[in-house]
Amino acid sequence: MNNETTSPNVVEMLNITKYFPGIIANDNITLKLKKGEIHALLGENGAGKSTIMSVLFGLYKPDSGKIKIDGKDVSIDNPNIANSLGIGMVHQHFKLVHNFTSLENIILGVETVKNGMLKMDEARENVLSLSQKYNLNIEPDKVASTLTVGALQKIEILKMLYRKNNILIFDEPTAVLTPNEIIDLMKIMKNLTNEGKSILFITHKLNEIKEVADRCTVLRKGKYIGTIDVKNTSKEEMSEMMVGRKISLTVDKKPSTPTDTVLSVKNLCVKNKETGKNVVNNVSFEVRKGEIVCIAGIDGNGQTDLIYALSGLTKISSGDIFLNNTNIVNMKIRNRTLLGMGHIPEDRHKHGLILDYKLNSNLILQTYFKNTFQKYSFLNFKEIEKYSDYLIERFDIRSGKGSKTITRNMSGGNQQKAIIAREVDRNPDLLIAVQPTRGLDVGAIEYINNEIISQRDSGKAVLLVSLELDDVVNLSDKILVMYDGEIVADVNPNNVSINELGLYMAGSKRSVS
Amino acid sequence: MKKNILTLLDSPTFLNIIASLIAVIVGLIFGFIILLVSNPHQAVNGFMTIIFGGFNNGIRSIGQVIYFATPIIFTGLSVGFAFKIGLFNIGAAGQFIVGAFAAVYVAITCTWIDPSIHWMVAIFAAFLAGALWASVPGVLNAYLNVNEVISTIMMNYIGMYLVNFLVLKTIFDPLKNQSQNVPEVSLIPRMGMDVLFKGSSAGGGFFIAIIVAIIIFIILEKTTLGFELKACGLNRNASKYAGISEKRSIILSMAIAGALAGLGGGLFYLAGSGKHIEVVDVLANEGFMGIPVALLGFSHPIGIVVAGLFIAYMNVGGFYMQIYDFTPEVIDIIIAAIIYFSAFSLIFKKLTISLLKKLIREK
Repeated sequence: MNNETTSPNVVEMLNITKYFPGIIANDNITLKLKKGEIHALLGENGAGKSTIMSVLFGLYKPDSGKIKIDGKDVSIDNPNIANSLGIGMVHQHFKLVHNFTSLENIILGVETVKNGMLKMDEARENVLSLSQKYNLNIEPDKVASTLTVGALQKIEILKMLYRKNNILIFDEPTAVLTPNEIIDLMKIMKNLTNEGKSILFITHKLNEIKEVADRCTVLRKGKYIGTIDVKNTSKEEMSEMMVGRKISLTVDKKPSTPTDTVLSVKNLCVKNKETGKNVVNNVSFEVRKGEIVCIAGIDGNGQTDLIYALSGLTKISSGDIFLNNTNIVNMKIRNRTLLGMGHIPEDRHKHGLILDYKLNSNLILQTYFKNTFQKYSFLNFKEIEKYSDYLIERFDIRSGKGSKTITRNMSGGNQQKAIIAREVDRNPDLLIAVQPTRGLDVGAIEYINNEIISQRDSGKAVLLVSLELDDVVNLSDKILVMYDGEIVADVNPNNVSINELGLYMAGSKRSVS
Repeated sequence: MKKNILTLLDSPTFLNIIASLIAVIVGLIFGFIILLVSNPHQAVNGFMTIIFGGFNNGIRSIGQVIYFATPIIFTGLSVGFAFKIGLFNIGAAGQFIVGAFAAVYVAITCTWIDPSIHWMVAIFAAFLAGALWASVPGVLNAYLNVNEVISTIMMNYIGMYLVNFLVLKTIFDPLKNQSQNVPEVSLIPRMGMDVLFKGSSAGGGFFIAIIVAIIIFIILEKTTLGFELKACGLNRNASKYAGISEKRSIILSMAIAGALAGLGGGLFYLAGSGKHIEVVDVLANEGFMGIPVALLGFSHPIGIVVAGLFIAYMNVGGFYMQIYDFTPEVIDIIIAAIIYFSAFSLIFKKLTISLLKKLIREK
């Protein structure tokens, strides 16, 4: 492209190397960001994307290598220095004060003061003019906790602009957004570069890179693979660079042949303890052997509460849940598990794993009490070791020290594989998978999707909850859309368009009453 | 060599030991400064007494170290065990004294028990009383979400006043304002300690402490119970997800922690050293010493035994500092400094890692 030659580099990270105990997180990585471009940083989990960005943002010190900003050597020891060099970052998890207004959040840390008193008027004018200039509509006086995720992200972006940052880092900004919000964000990003800002865009979604990025640097396992021109490179080529092998971007699956009902939910209601409102409102559905039923919907419409109710993590207020024809409403979690429920939880750090346990302990978390693993309540470490080595091999779980690795030190994809290994190998009749591919890279997603389909093909009932429309459409045999605690649509994925699904998810259309 | 050091750096046990050692050294240096400030002429002599005082009277001093170490090993185990499950047991003082009373009461009043097992019954009563006392905060935490720090502190005072009241009502010796003498037959057997450490108060309790520490180690590391309890301590949500009853885990671990402290109380007051339960409004110091012992021993049962012996050693040495005109309280300040620095263990660990790495690279 023409700016290859014309635009100067605003950021040059030359031969950056960063060690962590046992691994090289960044091995001689070079990254050059031109003025006015959107530069994507692509890589699997554990490829070193976050590390190199943390180096740039002053959170880590590189063990070797140089950083140049606007051609000058700099040493970025902490985020304040990064800030003064014009580097700003939108973190994946927003750093906002929940009970502050949008305006207060934006100016926090760089308040305009006079004689020690706040001068809000001046700040307000500045913020509003910025928001107009970049087409970032915000409501300055609304409290952050009342705003949508998309609006919060705009606040984060304005925060960077208000600090006059010219180098903007977006860390997986679309992970939390709805489809429409993603389109908005892409527009905003293009706007920003038109005004002369330069953007580093961390992601592993190839569609988005194709959509907005000019160039793309690919990292794999801490190594620099190459920088490519996005226009002239296909998605398949990019994913191959990222993973190191060919990847199929579509899911192959046979039509489903469902048989007996495994899970039957009838008129289920769950009340929120604080508000007293039904967060799951009169929900009924069935999942049969050999089918994948997907619960789609925008985050926070009761999916989490529904799954907690099914798995026993919260109490229900009324209704019935039948698993293998047994009413499990009053059953303890352990007994539900033993009756044939496998659960890949939404939050793998909160529910799925004990991060400070070794991998082998996490692999037996649901089975440690079985006779194979204990005798007279003494753990049988030999058997545990044997079993976890078997799971590690079968599910290709990679880690530094095999079954003895502390789980916290594993990459997200491998942590998720460990959970899937544990749940799938117990051979449950019903597998509940909540966002099993969240935050994972293409390679891991392919693996997990295939595993879910093979579970279905071996006659298991699968209940999948996903916020990703691609997953919903690709994987499911039946889609239930949840909106405001109710199931508003029960559709066949072959007869529904993405657009239509979007309408159901937004609550503006209903197919079941 | 290089590789060996690098693997050591990955081992948390190694780093814990190093961190505790650094805390001890920094604490001692700090102590020396205090000695210098308070009495420059005798500072060196005084400091030497702290370091070698525990051997001052040879075998007898070592026996005293063992005697003083026994109760704080138990309260250390109590605090450390609860801590492994993610609970702060600040109530070891209460559990200790309640256990002590139960043991002394059984020893004095239940004379119908066969003498050969009398002391066992007595310390079993201590074990139960401590467990019961600590399970109250456990139940409150599990069912009503009452913070165990506050409730165990409160239980300390309730325990102390209750024991004072019960001593007055049952086994009071009005002449000395304390509990009556424990009959000779119901004391803990010395198990050869009296021969080994002539003239000291060391008794069989120390052997029991070591055995209990090993049992605790086995429970934590080798059993399903330990697996469940530690899981609950590290991540309550994930334990719940895996079908582990968190309420049961909390109550059980508090009860075990209390039983350990109670056992320590029983053994200490039946050791035959002439110790009586005094009717005064003071919390049992041995109970609070459990916190630094657990901290210095990084909550590991074996580490706690070592830490308990160390702190007892310092105390015995501190006693002899009076020779050089220092008040014995100085040693409390120094021990406090060591504990204070052991709370910095994270910094010491980081320092150790970066220092060793530098050394390796220079080589």
